[in-house]
Amino acid sequence: MTDPHFDRAIDRSQMQVFDEVAIQISAMNKWYGTFHVLRDINLTVNRGERIVIAGPSGSGKSTLIRCINRLEEHQSGKIVVDGTELTSDLKNIDKVRSEVGMVFQHFNLFPHLTILENLTLAPIWVRKVPKREAEETAMYYLEKVKIPEQALKYPGQLSGGQQQRVAIARSLCMKPRIMLFDEPTSALDPEMIKEVLDTMIELAEEGMTMLCVTHEMGFAQAVANRVIFMDQGQIVEQNNPHDFFNNPQSDRTKLFLSQILGH
Amino acid sequence: MTESSAAFVRRDMLPPQAPPATQAGVLKWLRENLFSSPLNAVLTLAGAYVVWWLVAHSYPWLSHSVWNAGSLSECRAIIAERWGADATGACWAVIKERWHQYIFGFYPPELYWRPISVFLLLFVALAPVLFSAVPRVLLVFTVVYPFLATWLLWGGSPWIEVMILVGFVLGWAAFRIASRYGSLLAVSVALAVPALWWVFAAGPMDRALEQAIRLAIEKVASDKFGGFLLAVTIGVGGIAMSLPLGILLALGRRSDMFLIKALSVGFIEFIRGVPLITLLFVASLLLNYFLPPGTNFDIILRVEILVTLFAAAYIAEVVRGGLAALPRGQYEAADSLGLDYWKAQRLIILPQALKISIPGIVSTFIGMFKDTTLVVFVGLFDPLKGISDFVRADFNWKGIYWEPYIFVGCIFFLFNFSMSRYSMYLENKLKRDHR
Repeated sequence: MTDPHFDRAIDRSQMQVFDEVAIQISAMNKWYGTFHVLRDINLTVNRGERIVIAGPSGSGKSTLIRCINRLEEHQSGKIVVDGTELTSDLKNIDKVRSEVGMVFQHFNLFPHLTILENLTLAPIWVRKVPKREAEETAMYYLEKVKIPEQALKYPGQLSGGQQQRVAIARSLCMKPRIMLFDEPTSALDPEMIKEVLDTMIELAEEGMTMLCVTHEMGFAQAVANRVIFMDQGQIVEQNNPHDFFNNPQSDRTKLFLSQILGH
Repeated sequence: MTESSAAFVRRDMLPPQAPPATQAGVLKWLRENLFSSPLNAVLTLAGAYVVWWLVAHSYPWLSHSVWNAGSLSECRAIIAERWGADATGACWAVIKERWHQYIFGFYPPELYWRPISVFLLLFVALAPVLFSAVPRVLLVFTVVYPFLATWLLWGGSPWIEVMILVGFVLGWAAFRIASRYGSLLAVSVALAVPALWWVFAAGPMDRALEQAIRLAIEKVASDKFGGFLLAVTIGVGGIAMSLPLGILLALGRRSDMFLIKALSVGFIEFIRGVPLITLLFVASLLLNYFLPPGTNFDIILRVEILVTLFAAAYIAEVVRGGLAALPRGQYEAADSLGLDYWKAQRLIILPQALKISIPGIVSTFIGMFKDTTLVVFVGLFDPLKGISDFVRADFNWKGIYWEPYIFVGCIFFLFNFSMSRYSMYLENKLKRDHR
């Protein structure tokens, strides 16, 4: 399978050695009321790993990554992020959240603040960085996502793709060690998907630990170290992208792949 | 038949062109706006008739205005002499003679400079809050203003007000210092330190300072207040205090903590379920039963507190609407960046929720300002009925009716229209969805 988006896929020939654990999820369960959304999830993410989570809608993939920064609460099992266990202790939650960046499907920029203020707000108020320094960092990341000229505009004046790149830059300004992406390109016009994916690929090249819920299978093939397939709240299959796409094991995975790649 | 083909390639993109010129003219405007259909034509004519009828009836009365007279009968004599025995006319002489009572009530005339300077300083105190172009340094004056205004209006020794202010400053300082060691500790210290200060230190300090430096000015009792002085005092105080209280109640109502939520809901629903007059009676009669015998705390202060609670309950519901209108994503984005609850509220949620709530908040304020006239029922002299009845009790002005109401109505309109205009200005200024 070739995809024109990914002419610059990551060179994975010299595989890095992942020896440090970034996220450890063990025997984790979650219910919405009586509905069992996540069932016995066991997942270890090593530092520098790039994981793509795929699956049909309602399979619990978004809920899974939202549990990692406790936007959702799990009811049993254990989640340890960067050595900090997520419990109801607010201090731990805030600590994890300031180390884990998150990019949302609908960008969730703050519409009453300029782009620059969106980027500097958390560093100034959470990290206590001086304003000047925060603005320099913000401009550095805006250059990186290639929209420094938009710094003084408001989110409503930007296109969807630009807004999502700002959202990525906003997370990066907190210097996170882990980035979570929750369907970052699902709300974008086809013409804008590439610019966001390019930004994500660049991030991957720099060795960021990434967990990405996406339907962009081209991105998964080009960037991921591991693809996880979920259905009905469970991890059904995980493998390296080559084997995952060319030699899927479970029937559910085969069906899913035939449906999304079969046109 | 010509050969048809589906293939088509545009070589040049079309440049935008000016829209076709609309046919302008008065006739077209009339036809489109007033006579577009038979029903509209009838409605237009009926409306025009109502306007003509109103003007035809009020114009003679207004044009026959008398400004100089000593009594209502003198007014009537002048009108009869100038425009005939059957003519009606407005007797504005009553306003000319009694305007100061409508404005200041029974405040001693030689001390009028005090409420006047308080009113003028109000604009200085409001400027940095209302307009972002004003230097932020002025906010210090905004904080001091309520205490300065209280002293100037009621007189007496300023040290009591200073002691109260010092209590707030101490509480704030304690909060800043203690917040390094945890937010629960900070809040308790911020409440305990000023309370201890007011109970134990403020009284002796006040007496000592009063002995050392005498700054006392003539006292003016609350029963001397009346007219717009009373309405604006209660109105401005109520507005300033009900907004923060209302915001806290709205946040409380949306809180995850059961007790805080239950208390907020109970308070809001109770206050909204009871007429304001009931609360004013509580202020004037019932409150004294709950206080230790012998304490006599000021009637204006009591009314002020209950008017504030009343407005706060309404503000809380308006703000809750604004909070509910924000997409969940805003809360999640704030959370995911590691902002704690108060920072998220202050920096992300409230600025947006309050912006949405501006029209509702200002409506509540306008309603509350007009409701201050209800204090007439607890024996205070509001401008509309209290002062007007007092003026009519004078034999010279017995029977005068429309003129005082029109005068008072015009001043209320001036205040409320300014508030309404300001809210529109603010909405425009905060508009961010320009494309």
